[in-house]
Formats: sequence, C-alpha cells, structure tokens
Amino acid sequence: MKIIILGAGQVGSTAAQQLAREQANDVTVVDTRDEVLRDLQDRLDIRTISGNAAHPAVLEAAGSNGADMLVALTSSDEVNMVACQIAWTLFRTPTKIARIRSSDYHQRPELFGDNAIPVDLAISPEQLVTDYVERLIKYPGALQVLEFADGRVRLVGMRALKGGKLVGHQLKDLRTHIPDAEVRVAAIYRGDRNITPEGDTTIEEHDEVFFIAARDDMRAMMQELSTEEASVRRVVIAGAGNIGFRLAQVLEERVKVKLIERSPERARRAAETLRNTLVLTGDAADEELLLEENIDDADAFIAVTNAEEANILSAMLAKKLGARRVMALINKPSYSELMEGGKIDIAISPQTITIGALLAHVRRGDVVRVHSLRRGAAEAMEAIVHNENRDSPVAGKRIDAIALPEGTTIGAIVRGDDVIMAHHDTVIEAGDHVILFLTDRRHVEDVGRLFQAGARA
Amino acid sequence: MNLSMVQRILGLMLIMFSLTMLPPIGVAFYYGDGHWHPFLSAFFIVAVVGLALWLPVRRVRRDLRLRDGFLVVAVFWLFLGFAGATPLLISDVPALSFTDAVFEAVSGFTTTGATVIVGLDELPKSILYYRQQIQWLGGMGIIVLAVALLPVLGIGGMSLYKAETPGPFKDQKLTPRITQTAKALWTIYASLTALCALGYFLAGMGLFDAIGHAFTTLSTGGFSPHDASFAYFDSAAIDAIATMFMFLGGANFALHFMAIRGRDPRTYLRDTEFKAYFWLLAVLIAGATVYLWLMEEFNTLPLALRHASFQVVSIQTSTGFVTSGFAHWPGALPALMMLLTVICGCAGSTTGGMKVIRWLIVFRQGVAELKRLVHPSAEIPVKLAGRPVPQRIIGAIAGFFAMYFIVFAALMFLLMMFGLDQVTAWSAIAACLNNVGPGLGDVTATFKDVPDAAKWVSAIAMLIGRVEIFTLLLLLTPAFWQK
Repeated sequence: MKIIILGAGQVGSTAAQQLAREQANDVTVVDTRDEVLRDLQDRLDIRTISGNAAHPAVLEAAGSNGADMLVALTSSDEVNMVACQIAWTLFRTPTKIARIRSSDYHQRPELFGDNAIPVDLAISPEQLVTDYVERLIKYPGALQVLEFADGRVRLVGMRALKGGKLVGHQLKDLRTHIPDAEVRVAAIYRGDRNITPEGDTTIEEHDEVFFIAARDDMRAMMQELSTEEASVRRVVIAGAGNIGFRLAQVLEERVKVKLIERSPERARRAAETLRNTLVLTGDAADEELLLEENIDDADAFIAVTNAEEANILSAMLAKKLGARRVMALINKPSYSELMEGGKIDIAISPQTITIGALLAHVRRGDVVRVHSLRRGAAEAMEAIVHNENRDSPVAGKRIDAIALPEGTTIGAIVRGDDVIMAHHDTVIEAGDHVILFLTDRRHVEDVGRLFQAGARA
Repeated sequence: MNLSMVQRILGLMLIMFSLTMLPPIGVAFYYGDGHWHPFLSAFFIVAVVGLALWLPVRRVRRDLRLRDGFLVVAVFWLFLGFAGATPLLISDVPALSFTDAVFEAVSGFTTTGATVIVGLDELPKSILYYRQQIQWLGGMGIIVLAVALLPVLGIGGMSLYKAETPGPFKDQKLTPRITQTAKALWTIYASLTALCALGYFLAGMGLFDAIGHAFTTLSTGGFSPHDASFAYFDSAAIDAIATMFMFLGGANFALHFMAIRGRDPRTYLRDTEFKAYFWLLAVLIAGATVYLWLMEEFNTLPLALRHASFQVVSIQTSTGFVTSGFAHWPGALPALMMLLTVICGCAGSTTGGMKVIRWLIVFRQGVAELKRLVHPSAEIPVKLAGRPVPQRIIGAIAGFFAMYFIVFAALMFLLMMFGLDQVTAWSAIAACLNNVGPGLGDVTATFKDVPDAAKWVSAIAMLIGRVEIFTLLLLLTPAFWQK
C-alpha cells in the first residue's frame, strides 16, 4: 500500500516507523524541517519530501498520483484538512485520515464527507485519551482496558497484588475459583521478562497480567488478581485544557470531580460550562492546596496539563500525599518508561493511543483493530476470518493446527453474539472475529497475512 | 562499527559476483573458443572466498549503519579489483602479469576503459566478452545491483546506495523503498542498453560487437573488443548511435526514470543540470567542428562534425571510445578536452568526473560572491531551478572540490616521480580519476608501457574517482575508526 504521511512529529514518525516495517507498505513522509527528515530517512526505508504539506506541488512530488492513503498528522488542523481536500480534488486519493485536535470541528460531524471536507477519518487525540482514561476510572486497578468486537470482549492489563485470590496460585486453579467465567490469560510480564502462560504457571505478586474476558466476567477476574478495589468516588484532575475539561464533563455525572487549573480565565470558563464539578484556581503542585482539598481521600489523581514535567511532579506529589491512584499525561516515551509502575501508577501516552487508533485503520482489510500494549512492545489484534477461499490457513481449522508465529496466542473468538474462549481444540469458522495477542510485534505482518482474504497456507 | 555484519554483506556480494563468471562460459561454448576453464576456476575461487566470509557470520542480523555502509562499499571495490582480475590472471591468453590483470579489472569496473592489452582482435571471444561485461556491471554499480537483489540489506541498503551513487544530492530517493529505487535504475539502464545494442545491430555491427559495445556505451566505459575501437567500423551511422547513447548514459538516470514514469519528454527541459550538460556539449562540438575544419584536419564540414561530435561526447562523458583519436588534433583542443573531463556528465549518471551540477553550483556561488562585493549587505542565495540550494550542500561541494584537486595533484606528482613526463602524468591522472580512459602523451592508446608502480597509482586513482573520493578517503581518517 502506498501511504503518504504528512508531518514528521512524534506521531508521524512513529507511524512511519511502524508502517515501513511491513514490507508491503511504501511510505513517504512530508515535513518542512529538513533535519528531521534527514534523520528519519537515515533510520527508515522511506522516502522523504521537504515542503509545505498542503501545497499541491509538494503532494504531487510525494507521489499522490497512485497513493492509496493520506495520513495528515501535521501540528495544524487546518493544514491537515486542506491537504485532505487537495488530495481528494486533485489526486482522488481513496483514503484520507486527518488528526483534528480542535473539538470545535468535531462538534460538527457534517463538516467531514466527500461533499464537504473529504476526511474519511478524523482522529481526535483528545477524545481518544478521554475515552481511555474514562475506562481506567471505571475499572480501578486496571493499567489498560481495551475493547474488541464492539465492547463484547475486553483485554485488561493489571498488576497482580497481594490479596488477589489467584496470586501465589497456578493458572489452572482459575477453573475452580470462577468456573463459569469466560476468561483467558494472554500474557504475563515479570519485570521485563515475558512468561508464556501455561496451566502450571504460578502468578506472583507484582506480575503484570494481560487477560481477555467477556465484558461481564471482567470484574470477577480482576478480583482474582488483586483485592477488590473500591470503586472510584472522588477524582482530582489537574489541568482544564481540552482533555481535562472533557474528562470532567464525562466523569461528573458519576463521581465527585475536582478540577484544578492555574489560569483564572480558563478556570472560570470551565466552571461556567461544567455542572457538578468543583473548579479550583491554583497550582496542582501546591502542597497546601492539595491537602486543603483532601487529596489523601482522592481515589484518583489525573494530571493532564500541557506540561509533561509538571504532570509528573504533581502526580508524584499527590501520590506522596495519599492519593490512591495517580496518572500523568506524558508525551516522551523515555519519560513514560522511567515513571510507570514506580511513583506514578499509569503514564498516559497520547501518541501510543493515537497510533493505535490510526494503525487499526491503516492495516489491510481483515484486521479491524490493533492496540499497542506496553508502549508498543506487544500488540493485541482483532481479525476477521473470511470464507471466500477454501485454502484459508485459518477457517475450519482447530487452533492447534494453525501455524501461528512465535509468541502469538489466540485469546478469544467472537461468533455472532457469543464470546468463546479459545482452547487448543476450538475450531475456527468463517466469519469469526478472532482476538490475538502478540508478545513480539515484529510478527504483526505474518498474522495479518494469515487472515488476509485470498491468502494461502 | 559492526564488523561481522560488514563481513556478512561482503561475503554475500562476492557470492553474487561469482555468478557473473558464468555468462563468459556460455560465450566460450557458443563461439567454441575453448576458453571456459579460466572462468570456471574463477567462479569457484570467488564463490569459495565469498562463502568463507559469509558462513561464519550468516546468522548475524543487525542494521547496517551509515558508517558500515561506507566500509562495505570501499572494501568491496577493492575486492572487485582482485576478484575481477582472477580469470584474466588464470587465462594464458592474454598473458597478463598480476599488476596488469588488476589494472585491467579495475579499469573495467570503474568504467575507465584504459587498457594494457594490445592485440585485442586476436583474443578469445570469452575474454573479450568478459571485459565488456565488467564495464557494464560497474556502470550502474554492482552494489546498487546488490541493493536491488539482496533483500537482506534492509535499511542498510540506503547507506550502501548513498556511498556508491555519484552526485551531491544523495538523499533523493525515486521510490519509497530503496530496493525499488535500485531496481528502477537497473531496469532503465538495462533497457537503454538493449535499445543501444539493437541500434548497433541494425546499423551493421555483428551480434557480438553490438552487445559488447552497447555494454560499454551506456556504462560510458569505453572498452572495445577491437584495438581500433570505433574506427574499426568507420560508419557514420554507428558513430551517431554511439554518440546518442553515450549522451544518454551521461544524463541522470533519475531523470530518465521521471521522464518515463510521467511519459513526458519535457521533464528533461525542466532540469537545470541536463540543460547545462546539453549546452556544454553543444558549444564544445560546435567549436571543435569549426576549428577542425578551419585547420584543415578534416576536408569537409560534415566529416568534421561527425568526428568532433563523436570524440567530444566520448571524452566528455568519460567513455573513451575513439574514431580518429584527438591527441594529435591541432591547437588547444587535446588539452582542452582532457581538462574538461573534470566536469564530465550529470549526477546520477554512469560518468566520472566531478559532475555538471557541482560545477554549476560552484560557478553560481562564485557569481554570488562577485555580486556581494558590489552590494555587501545583499541577500544572494544560490539557486537551482528557482529554489535555493541549502548552505550545507554548497559547503559539501566546496569540500569536495578541495579534496579533488589535492588528490589530483598528489597522484600526478607521484606519477612524475615514477618517471612519467608532465603531459603523460597529468593526462593519465585526469583520464583515471575521471574514469575517461585514454590520455595524452605516452598513454594516448594504452597504459601498457608505463611502469608497474604508475599502473597501481592509476588504478587507485580510478577507484577514488569512481566512488567520488570521500568514500575511500574516509577509511584513512582516524575519526572513522574511533568508537
């Protein structure tokens, strides 16, 4: 597939890296900064074009004639939209994806379409991050909650803690603990080591466990891994920017929300729109203010200001003052790695979340959803089994007869409305949605090929 | 530095190269010249050396860094000189010394076209074919071919490509994937060669001569299976076809690619370098034609035009075919033509020299300096096709000029020390460093009579010229080897 990526920022270059790794993709990256492009071309087998991403001549030089997809990820919403418009008007590029940050545009969905601004998919990182955090708040204890098959199946990552019924026990005991639950452990990480889950694997304290479960069985399984977490009642959010504001908006119906914002003007505007949220003007790293507002009572502290260093520091401070779970929005991958699991419970990375959403749309045909886990080290995929061809390497086969790449497990199968947990003798049928877990993301392409329509064994 | 990866790729490329010993065996059987054994032996020797390099490290999988790329290219070019010399050395006809065999091979791969062999017409067809073939492989570059054919290189292919392709704009890729770029370049190169061979054949050459000469025309190499080169045929039609395809070989192959992909011949007219290249040749040909006619070197204007155009294009594109020869031409012509080979053809072509684009940019930089003297506070960017040239590239070109002339002078003085007279020495270095072939003085026809030491110096000059100086010089700098 010929893909043009506009903008070589963090999301743009990471997307280029992940896409170029798959041999089938031809990637061209456009940016105005020559040095950035030179670095990128030294690292990746891609072509780079220097110039304004919205100029027709630049788009043409990037090979828009015959391109299959345009992904506009420049820092400007307007440039992204104009680029999509030009690609459609002049070159009839079939698929156009744009990152649109401003929520003003998203409030008018009729703006996007072939007769208006031809953007096939408008990605809003802020909306994605908000949804992500909302899920984490809904399931306290989870490090990551991902949805498949319209939410019928979920993949949850969480840390095993003392008090969990399964902690210290072997995985096969699960059947006696919760006999009716549709649950399957997909991967276990102990430190940086990846342990293949077998029946006699013992879960230890502090293991990071990923499991796949039907929606209704999720809570039961979470209780196996740690003591029952009281549901979240009190949330403190630092930063009333786009993300902080939206979060307060979706959370204030169910829980008590306090929103701390440094700028009085922004705080006032937030207070005018929000209904049940207490908006405070002040510095989220101000110990006095946090104590005053009973931070030690808060179930969650979420730092989502624009300054990632400030997010890290205020989250650490909140943790020290007694907040139960702290999360911080961190852009730099190296910072996330340093902080997560230590003083900060969850590092929220807008890039990883955006790229996950983006890749799910870019990946060829039959892979409908892809999520990055553990900062891209592992992936979870949802793929559809086709029946057009008799030689499909998957359809009609027992799971243990499928040649899966190393480190890949089939976690669950969604057949119509049923969720079936995969066993070695489960037979896969055409039309099934298969949820796979990959501990080595280099195999993504091989797995995609298995499910590609017309593939041969 | 990742030496085991470098070793693995060198081994792979040698194994690949050993396969090129097989076509001459076919030629030997086709013409029944009985000369297949040198090539069979060479095939096994090169393949075994390649395997010996590759086997111990065949499982190494790591990315090739830019630095490793330079090392691979530099070392592989040195290897090629010896590997390519193997069949020439084994064969008893022609009876070549070690020095001569290596010189001939290096001259072939670098598309220089200087030879030490006299009496070509009596040699077995297989040997003659082999000489033509190595020039063809060297033209677009064996390493570019390896990038096209060996998928294992991955992103390392880019660093190899950058280290081998000529010209100042090395970051430009024709297609997103480097293997596709390399494949596209080789496809165009091979297609033009086929067209050229067809042209020669229709104009009256035999099949062997047509293919052999097409190989060395597009690669702007200059080897011929005949001592008399193109004078052997003495045909205006053949001369015209040769002139045209040498001209195409001296143009940027990326430009050919874009013109073919866009199906638009006007692509050529929009390219500043191509226009400069065209006018340079046109003015030279016109001047030489009139001058040769006035000096009564040729009786008629058309005859003067035919020889002037063939000879000017042949020398300026660093090919080195001869019809009438130019060393005996009157006045400044021989020296002028020899000196102008420092320009040669376009970046991304198969020619040697410093390339038209570098001279164009340096010249415009000089003009800008003149203007700046008059208007000290003016902003005067150096532009190419209406777009400013980045300062970094101008700096790189200035550095290239400095190194080029230092290397030129140093090698020239070395040759003089080995006993060559001044004209022979400077023209030999110009001919070798710019990959032209024939020089003036004692090296007008062949390099047979110069001392062995001078042959080695010339061979090194060819290698330095082919990889555009920096790739080889880099290995001599301490910074390259420091961790």
